[in-house]
Amino acid sequence: MSTVMNHPSASDVMRRRSRLFMIGAFVVAAIAFMVIAAGGINKNLVYYWTPTDLHAAGDKAYGATIRLGGMVAPGSIKKNPGISALEFDVKDGGGIVHVKSAGVPPQMFRENIGVVVEGTMDRGGYFKCNRLMVSHNNEYRAPKNGHPVDKKQMEKYIKDAQ
Amino acid sequence: MTPSFGRILILLSLLVSTTGAVLGYAAGWKQSAEGLKWARRFAFAFAFLMIAATFVMEYALMAHDFSVSYVAQVGSRDVPLWVTIVSLWSSLEGSILFWGFILGVYIAGATWLTRTEHLDYMAYTIGTWLFCGSFFSFLIAGPASPFHTVAIPPMDGPGPNPLLQNHVLMAIHPPFLYLGYVGMTIPFGFATAALLRGRLGQSFLRPLRAALLLPWIFLTIAIMLGGWWAYEVLGWGGYWAWDPVENASLLPWLTATAALHSALVMERRGSLKGWTVTLVQASFLLTILGTFMTRSGVFNSVHSFTQSSIGPTILVFLAAILIGSVTLLAMRIDSLESDSRFEGPVSREGFFLINNLLFVLFTFTVLIGTVFPLVVEAIRGKQMSVGRPYFDSMVVPIGATLLFILGVGPALPWGRATRDQAKRALLPPLIGAAIVAAIGLALGVRNPWTLVTLAFGGYAAQVTLGQMWLPVIQRIRRGDSAGHALIDSQLRRGRRRFGAYLIHAGAVIVIVAIAVSSTMRTQQEVRLDRGQSATVGKYTFTFTGLEQKSEPHRVSTLAHFDVFKGGGPGGGSKVTSLAPRMNQYTAMRDPLGTPDVHTTLKGDIYLSILNIEGDAVSVNVILTPMVGWIWWAVLLMGAGGIIALLPFSPAAGEKVPQADEGAVRLGAREVAAP
Repeated sequence: MSTVMNHPSASDVMRRRSRLFMIGAFVVAAIAFMVIAAGGINKNLVYYWTPTDLHAAGDKAYGATIRLGGMVAPGSIKKNPGISALEFDVKDGGGIVHVKSAGVPPQMFRENIGVVVEGTMDRGGYFKCNRLMVSHNNEYRAPKNGHPVDKKQMEKYIKDAQ
Repeated sequence: MTPSFGRILILLSLLVSTTGAVLGYAAGWKQSAEGLKWARRFAFAFAFLMIAATFVMEYALMAHDFSVSYVAQVGSRDVPLWVTIVSLWSSLEGSILFWGFILGVYIAGATWLTRTEHLDYMAYTIGTWLFCGSFFSFLIAGPASPFHTVAIPPMDGPGPNPLLQNHVLMAIHPPFLYLGYVGMTIPFGFATAALLRGRLGQSFLRPLRAALLLPWIFLTIAIMLGGWWAYEVLGWGGYWAWDPVENASLLPWLTATAALHSALVMERRGSLKGWTVTLVQASFLLTILGTFMTRSGVFNSVHSFTQSSIGPTILVFLAAILIGSVTLLAMRIDSLESDSRFEGPVSREGFFLINNLLFVLFTFTVLIGTVFPLVVEAIRGKQMSVGRPYFDSMVVPIGATLLFILGVGPALPWGRATRDQAKRALLPPLIGAAIVAAIGLALGVRNPWTLVTLAFGGYAAQVTLGQMWLPVIQRIRRGDSAGHALIDSQLRRGRRRFGAYLIHAGAVIVIVAIAVSSTMRTQQEVRLDRGQSATVGKYTFTFTGLEQKSEPHRVSTLAHFDVFKGGGPGGGSKVTSLAPRMNQYTAMRDPLGTPDVHTTLKGDIYLSILNIEGDAVSVNVILTPMVGWIWWAVLLMGAGGIIALLPFSPAAGEKVPQADEGAVRLGAREVAAP
């Protein structure tokens, strides 16, 4: 609350000036922050693409971090001996991408399962995967009203997974 | 029968809260003591109905009454009792009901505690609380109703999401998070009342501050529990991934922490009132935004367990609160400010100001990174996310600076510091900085940011400890007995101060532990046949075999490992045995791993199964130094908060600010006390 007077005193002028200065500094800092933040976001975007999107992107695909989602193509899994060097194809309706991954695949990894691989497109024509995730299909269908739980079906799920 | 009973309770609570909100605002407008009395009664009635409805749900869960839609959705006869009890918050509908329950408890408690005080604010306050209550009643009654009747009840249900059954922390984490989130409604009510009244007196600061501190304590612990849960369950060996849901819990914590600091300046100097109120409003808004992000299914995240249709409803509420708050702030913010001069940047309040700016910067950094993908998807229909490096590169400098401020600020006096004062206060802690940085160097820390953090941490630790024990030393010098000085200045009179410095001490440890654990970890994937060993870091891991375990709701495969320090079996000494496991839940197709962790003061040994093939197992071995420090240092922060929160009844003759000094009155009529 500034004091109400007919003639502003010297200290009032001073204060108004310093207030103006503070607001100016604040605006400059805010703009600088926005520029830095926007740059940071731009550099670190992760795109969620399907193989079709990846093919459509053409040259833009190189260098960007991509999360590629699709199915593991049947018969494409090649496990080289040792811990690393796994190769497989990820496909969707419109394309196939060859993926090379270092690292142990998760337990559920198999043919015809949905996967999300995170990494970058290599100039050598394959997708270099840093992280391999199997898309969980945890949607357990609750039994219909009045029907008992199908224990057999459940046991089959368990056997399948093991 | 049970579902209709629950529905009736919820409809009644909707009626009661709506009426109570209108009544509260009317009573505030007219400053009617009789109206306030009735608003209170409605507040208690709302609390009673919400609590009763929640008990009905818990009863239905425990009785396996599958005619209640929510029980049919998450209940199961096969799961242990504790899982059945915590199923209340395992899915969307139940967790919104649980929200209502906590809101009821908070509103009843706060209404009771303020029954004789702050009469001219309370009608508006209660009105605001019940307005929020009516929104959640509406959610429970309509879009997220857990009390639908199932015409032909099933014999058994699927049980809650296995990810939630996998660890007992899931029984503790959500209640803490909700106590933190929902609790922000209480200071929001106080702050809104101050804005509606156009004044914020000194005596009203106490309830505002206490109302802010309590949910802050819960939220602090909840964030830690969330990180701990991720660490213990998800198997990637980290505790924080800048996941949208994690960010959602962090955002209101950041603004609330800023508000707690600016409230102190407000108390000491009478300034920053409008700013503090803005931060309180923002904290509440961010909890609602967080609820929207976690509960509407807009994000696909490890923590978002539900896809639902309540998103638009929450968004409408969020917009209404946002518009209301901004309008009120624009109209009234000037009337809150009292005349006070900012004396200079080299002072304690100067550093409070920097602290606040940094916290706001932090908030915006996280907020932008979290919301940006949503905006892009809404506008251009493209899915993307903002990667971890953005958050890390932005937050690390902000966090380090905050740690620096945490050290320098409390060393400086209030008001303007002379050059001499500043020198005497700021030079000695450099010793602490040097010592801690040297210890880090000796133990092999080479990352420059980690070294900077260690130095700042040492500086802050010396200042914090010095300030913490200063009153005790002063009293002993004046001839007090040590015991009396200790109890009086730390646990009685100086409790708030002591609590605050305990929180600071905890924060210093947390920041240092985060810096060390995130830059110094070792990770390696190894594949072992039975009997084989592998060496990672200083440890050798021997795989001794697999074991099957059957429980009613799951079948687990355990991989047993012996861990040796140094040269392997025979060569080194045995440290521990670890048994990470793969769990197959009956209600879930894919197996779910549970890592096993050996925690020591120095660091953690962490094993999680990647893959089991016949007799061979592939595991992820992760060695992380200092990670265990984070959990208990956050508990220290919580303890400090509780100490600072406990009311202190001053002995006779001590002055307690009661009158509304420094308040600016806007021609408000005085309330006639009942």
